[in-house]
Amino acid sequence: MVNGDPFTHQAASTAYHFTRAALQKGHEILRVFFYHDGVHTGTRLNVAPQDERDLPRLWRELGVQYGLDLAVCVSAAQRRGVLDASEAQRHGKDGDNLAPGFRIAGLGQLIDAGIDAERLVVFGE
Amino acid sequence: MNMLHTVSKSPFGHTALETCLRLARKGASILLIEDAVYAALRQTTIADKITTAMKELSVYALEPDLRARGFGQGQVIDGVKLIDYDGFVDLVVEHQSVQAWF
Amino acid sequence: MSANPDIALPNKRAKKFMLVNRRPPHGSIYAQEALEVALIAGAFDQDVSLAFIDDGVYQLVVGQDTQGTDSKNFSRTFRALEDFGISKLYVERESLQARGLDAADLVVAAQAVSAQALGELMARQDVLLSF
Repeated sequence: MVNGDPFTHQAASTAYHFTRAALQKGHEILRVFFYHDGVHTGTRLNVAPQDERDLPRLWRELGVQYGLDLAVCVSAAQRRGVLDASEAQRHGKDGDNLAPGFRIAGLGQLIDAGIDAERLVVFGE
Repeated sequence: MNMLHTVSKSPFGHTALETCLRLARKGASILLIEDAVYAALRQTTIADKITTAMKELSVYALEPDLRARGFGQGQVIDGVKLIDYDGFVDLVVEHQSVQAWF
Repeated sequence: MSANPDIALPNKRAKKFMLVNRRPPHGSIYAQEALEVALIAGAFDQDVSLAFIDDGVYQLVVGQDTQGTDSKNFSRTFRALEDFGISKLYVERESLQARGLDAADLVVAAQAVSAQALGELMARQDVLLSF
């Protein structure tokens, strides 16, 4: 569960390195659930300065490499202006910004993951 | 199996570590990450709290976070074990559950 | 896995979920968004409890009037938690005392427990969510 945004706080970065280490060790990551400001990790519109790490992009690439389920909480995302195309259309917004590889999901997906996974780790700020 | 507590905020600006130590039970492990790694340093006014805690708990610190902040093994309280992200993963597997304090 | 994610499989042991709240309401959205998780969690037939520690105890203070602010008054929702399948609310006694509060100041019947007792409760959980 990633509760910190990828720009201001370190939580999303710690979560990334932890997740990558776990996958490299052969563990299965059932889901990565982004809540609170963590939903900003799912943007495709950030522009990372040349000499800085682009954490949203790193997460996208990790997601592709390992087929990760990157779930962005619908209510937290709406509040913060992180929308996929269908959400944007439904709410009459003139743009969307959810990155490929991320999906909008309900809070039930967090509870489901807690039920099915052997461990749940929270990365907060 | 015991609990793993992760603490990610500096002990000088937040109550996360203090509350964690109040609630953690004997046999649990504490992993200091991000700004909480400052609590692993020997020279601070709270070093005694960590040393006392280690009588009943295991204390770890994430080395990459310590190095990023300009500190290393030589400045760490005796008994605090430095680990990397692989070690973090192992700790999660070895403990029953994880509580994040921030 | 059930095709409908909102129905827990009846033959699976219910897991113990504890939602840990350490932040006060209104100064940030964490408290409100934590409650939103609680309301959903209650619907999954799991063993859910809420813990309030440090400034988290302020979330339960009775008589919150948010009219002069932009914040949502979600404190009344704590009274409805039982309808959502959650009846176990714990407040840490040390946190209450440090803030000069007692049970009468709280909007709902929460059990005041010592840090030691709460720590032991935590150690028995399967899943710990903190906000």
